[in-house]
Amino acid sequence: MLKAVVEVMRPLFGAARDLAPIVLVILFFQGLVLRQPIPNLEEMLVGLALVLVGLALFVRGLEIGMFPLGEAMAHAFAKKGNIYWLLAFSFLLGFGTTVAEPALIAVAGKAAQIAADSGMIGTTAEAMDEYAIGLRLTVALSVGTAIVLGVLRILSGWPVHFCIMAGYIIVVVMTMFAPQEIIGIAYDSGGVTTSTITVPLVTALGIGLATSIRGRNPLLDGFGLIAFASLVPMIFVMAYGMVIL
Amino acid sequence: MNLVFQFADTLLSTLRDVIPIAAVLLGFQLLVLRQPIANTWRVVRGFVYVLLGLALFLMGLEKAIFPLGEVMAAQLTDPVFLYGAEASTVTSVQWQHFGWVYAFAFAIGLATTLAEPALIAVGMKAEQVSGGAVSAWGLRLAVSLGVAIGVSIGCYRIVTGTDLWLYIMVAYIVVVAQTTRAPAMIIPLAYDSGGVTTSTVTVPLLAALGLGLAEAIPGRSPLIDGFGLIAFASVFPIMSVMGYAQMSRWLELRREKKKQQEVSDAF
Repeated sequence: MLKAVVEVMRPLFGAARDLAPIVLVILFFQGLVLRQPIPNLEEMLVGLALVLVGLALFVRGLEIGMFPLGEAMAHAFAKKGNIYWLLAFSFLLGFGTTVAEPALIAVAGKAAQIAADSGMIGTTAEAMDEYAIGLRLTVALSVGTAIVLGVLRILSGWPVHFCIMAGYIIVVVMTMFAPQEIIGIAYDSGGVTTSTITVPLVTALGIGLATSIRGRNPLLDGFGLIAFASLVPMIFVMAYGMVIL
Repeated sequence: MNLVFQFADTLLSTLRDVIPIAAVLLGFQLLVLRQPIANTWRVVRGFVYVLLGLALFLMGLEKAIFPLGEVMAAQLTDPVFLYGAEASTVTSVQWQHFGWVYAFAFAIGLATTLAEPALIAVGMKAEQVSGGAVSAWGLRLAVSLGVAIGVSIGCYRIVTGTDLWLYIMVAYIVVVAQTTRAPAMIIPLAYDSGGVTTSTVTVPLLAALGLGLAEAIPGRSPLIDGFGLIAFASVFPIMSVMGYAQMSRWLELRREKKKQQEVSDAF
C-alpha cells in the first residue's frame, strides 16, 4: 500500500521540483518588482495543478512508453539490416512530427505577415497562405532530410562536430546572400522544429541505433540527431527565401 | 464543465499533432518490422500517459502561466514603468534603463527551460547512457543557464538595435573554438541541447517578451526585431554545456594534480 503511494507520488514530486522555479520567478516579479496582486488566483491555482499532473504523467509515459518503443524499433531496424527501410522511416518520422507542429504553424503565419508587409509577396490572404504553407512544407522536408542525414552519420560513425561545423559554414555563407526578411525566420525555425514529442522519439531512435550497431558509442554517436534537425531547417528556409523572394 | 470542454479541445489539438507520428510508428511496426513489442500494453499505456499529460500540461500553461507571463512582459516593457512618470519626455533609448527587463529575461529563461519536458527527456537519457557521468540535473542546469544568458543578451540586442547575425556569428565562432577543446563525449549532447531548449514552455513567453520589448522602443519593428530571441536561446546552451564539461574536467585535473603533488611530496 505504502509502496503504491510512493510510486504515484514520486513523479509528482519530480514535477513539483521542475515547476517551482517558474512559480518563484512569477511571485518575485509580480510581488516585489511590479507590486501587483496575482489576478484570478483561483484560476491560477487550478492551472498550476493541471501543469503539475500533466508533467508527471508525461514523464511516466516517456519511461514506460516512448523510450522503450523508440529503442525497440531501432533495434529491430538494425537487426533487419535493410538500410532503405530505416532511411524511409527516419524521413517520415522527421516529416510527420514537424508538418503538424503548432509552434511551426504560428511562426509560418507570422513570417507570411512580414513578407506581405514588406511587399515581397501579395497582401491577399491567398498569397500569404500559399507562402505560409510553402514555408511549413520546406521546414518539414528539411527535418525529414536532417533525420536521414543524422542516421547516416550514426551508421558511418563520422564525428558529429565535423558535420555540424560544415552546416554552420553553409549557414554563414547563405546568410550573406539570403534576403534580410528571411534570416530571422530561418534562425528561429531551426529552434521551433523540435517539439516535445519529437525529441524523446528521435533521441530514443539515435541511442537505440548506436547501441545495437557494433563499434558505436551511444553517448558519442547516439546523440546529435536533434542538432541536425535544428540546423538543416535554417539552410532550407534561407534557400526557400532565395528562390521565392 | 467549462474545464472539461477546454480539456477536450486541447486533447484534440494534441492528438492532431500526434496522429502523423503514430501513423508512421504503427505503419512501420505492422507492415515492415512485424516484430512483437515487449510489454505491448505497458507501451500503449505509456503513450496514453504522454498524450494526456501533454494535454493537461498545455492546458495548465494556457490557464496559469502564459496569461500572467504575457501581462508581466507587457508591464515590464511599459514606458511608464521603464522611465517613470515623465515617460513622454524621453527621447533617446538608453540600454541601462532596461535593467529589470534583462533580469526578467534571465529569470524566466532559466525557469521555463528547467520545466521544459523535452529537456527532461534528454536529461533522463543522457544520465542513463553515460552511466551517471553526466547527471540529468547538471545538464539541465547548464542548459538553463545558457538560455538565461542568451535571452538577456538577446533583449540587449533588441534594445540597442544591433544586427542579429553579428551576435549569432560571434556565438558560432565561440562554439567552434570550444568544440576543438571540449571533451569529445559531451559534444553531441551539447549540440542537441541547443535544439531542445526551445519548445512548449519557453517559446510563447519569449515571443511575448520580444514582441513587447520591440513595441516599447521607438524605431523597432515588432515583426522583425521580435524574432531572433529564440535563436539566442538555441545557441547559448551549446556553449554553456560545453563550458560545464570543460570546467568539471579542469577541476578534476586540478584535484588529481594536487593529489600527485602530495604523493610526490610525501616521498
